[in-house]
Amino acid sequence: MAEKVKKATRESFGETLVELGKDNPDIIVLDADLAEATKTNIFKKEFPERFIDCGIAESNMIGIAAGLAACGKIPFAASFAMFAAGRAFEQVRNSVGYPHLNVKVAGSHAGISVGEDGATHQCCEDIALMRAIPGMVVLNPADHYEMVDAVKAAAAYKGPVYLRLGRLAVESCTEDVAEPFELGKGRTLREGDDIAIVATGLMVGEALKAHEALKASGIHARVIDIHTIKPIDRELLIKAAKETGRIVTVEEHSVIGGLGEAVCACLCEECPVPVTRIGVNDVFGHSGPAVDLLKEFGLSAENIEATVKKVLGK
Amino acid sequence: MQIMDVQKRKELQITAEKVRRCILEGVFHAKSGHPGGSLSSAEIFTYLYFQEMRIDPQNPRSPDRDRFVLSKGHCAPGWYGALAQRGYFDVSELQKLRHIGAMLQGHPDMKGTPGVDMSTGSLGQGISAAVGMAMAGKMDKASYRVYTLLGDGEIEEGQVWEAAMFAGHHALDNLCVLVDFNGLQIDGPVAEVAGPEPIDKKFEAFGFETITIDGNDFDEIEKAMEAAKACKGKPFAIIAKTIKGKGVSFMENQAGWHGKAPNKEEYEAAVKEVEGRLEAFGAL
Repeated sequence: MAEKVKKATRESFGETLVELGKDNPDIIVLDADLAEATKTNIFKKEFPERFIDCGIAESNMIGIAAGLAACGKIPFAASFAMFAAGRAFEQVRNSVGYPHLNVKVAGSHAGISVGEDGATHQCCEDIALMRAIPGMVVLNPADHYEMVDAVKAAAAYKGPVYLRLGRLAVESCTEDVAEPFELGKGRTLREGDDIAIVATGLMVGEALKAHEALKASGIHARVIDIHTIKPIDRELLIKAAKETGRIVTVEEHSVIGGLGEAVCACLCEECPVPVTRIGVNDVFGHSGPAVDLLKEFGLSAENIEATVKKVLGK
Repeated sequence: MQIMDVQKRKELQITAEKVRRCILEGVFHAKSGHPGGSLSSAEIFTYLYFQEMRIDPQNPRSPDRDRFVLSKGHCAPGWYGALAQRGYFDVSELQKLRHIGAMLQGHPDMKGTPGVDMSTGSLGQGISAAVGMAMAGKMDKASYRVYTLLGDGEIEEGQVWEAAMFAGHHALDNLCVLVDFNGLQIDGPVAEVAGPEPIDKKFEAFGFETITIDGNDFDEIEKAMEAAKACKGKPFAIIAKTIKGKGVSFMENQAGWHGKAPNKEEYEAAVKEVEGRLEAFGAL
């Protein structure tokens, strides 16, 4: 069993790029003047000749990455989620998605846990935007270990990938998971048949804490970790719906267009069961310490526990 | 000024007229598309594919080939015409342009069309991809060159200048940007709509060396391409003054022919003009 580590997934991202860069000379890393924040500076230090700072011009950065990919490179283009997936959405769609180029778009500082910078930088729409592009793989790893696997899987996969990175240092929660990381496959982290909590990214750790608290109240909640939001693991979700009959989704993203809606879309066609979505409820965030904001917006183990109890009438 | 060999010029002129015929054929059969800017660029497409670029139509993905990105992707009929004439695919594909199931999409699709190095159509994006290709060439110390053609209306997009700043900063002398300066965009003269001029001075401010030429004249295009290749340590921009709708009298200098297909009578009249010139060249 690997040890518990407390680390922001952006840090794990930067370190893994270096690891990949050592073996693969085609790995090129691009940033838009945020290398210190996205942690691509770790790669920049090791491989300055393969690091391209595009300056504050995210739209052009995505186009440059597309051109590099068209010439056989494996570019990772990083910025804040707001700018990589938001500002440059149309470049990702038309210059990367449509030609299905081998570009990896990394959106850091996603969600409201950006904290003090406030609403302009708290991107809660990136998953919705990236999911809507045909052929785009959308990854939202939960912790350090999952991010290491996700970066490697993204590099090995031929095609466009969106990778969501967090700013906040979080305690790892998948270090003891035996099931290997596989693109497009969710992982059942805890068994239980009373209800299924389907979580992604930063919320996986909270879902696991909620599982323990619920257990003390005699509620056995299954916990499913969805690191790949697209393509989503339909089989695992349908099985959970059939066996538990009730789903709660939780994500640090808008309830519009994210994990919750992806789960609903899958289940409504194959096994309709009630789904309760925990996420950012169609509002903008605001400034404040990340941990306090997460509590305020209900993105906490406590709220997951309370929601599950309410749903089950307990 | 060195003047091009007479026979070579004549061959290029004949090919440009054949490209024009392809444009008319494609747009007419599609009942939609963009003849104006395709016709204005016919000499540029022709020179690139029959004189300038190091390419092999039999091996369109060769890693050391020169690359071309049509940043003004709506002028695909002109590019398709040149690619067909050069042997990348059969000329008959033009008749299926924009039809369901056709290889030739309304805007260039690199996945399905031999010779298309980048999918484009959303203005401002192609130049970034071209700059990325030039950057890849520099990183690999490869000898290929990258060409990209923009519209004068297109350069109103901010991304064009992000890309220009990047190309200048990285001294990408393997990059040649061409601007089809035909002076017209959908809503009217570019000078009246948003005023992108002076185009050469703008590119120079972003670190380019530039030349302004008559973009419908092969002698001038050749002079500009040679200057571009001789330029070291800087990217190069060719500001090609052209006539929108060039070669079809009733389409010339008419913004209305930017994105409109000719009806049957108009199509026949236009083809007659083009074929009249081909006949005069003894090439019909």
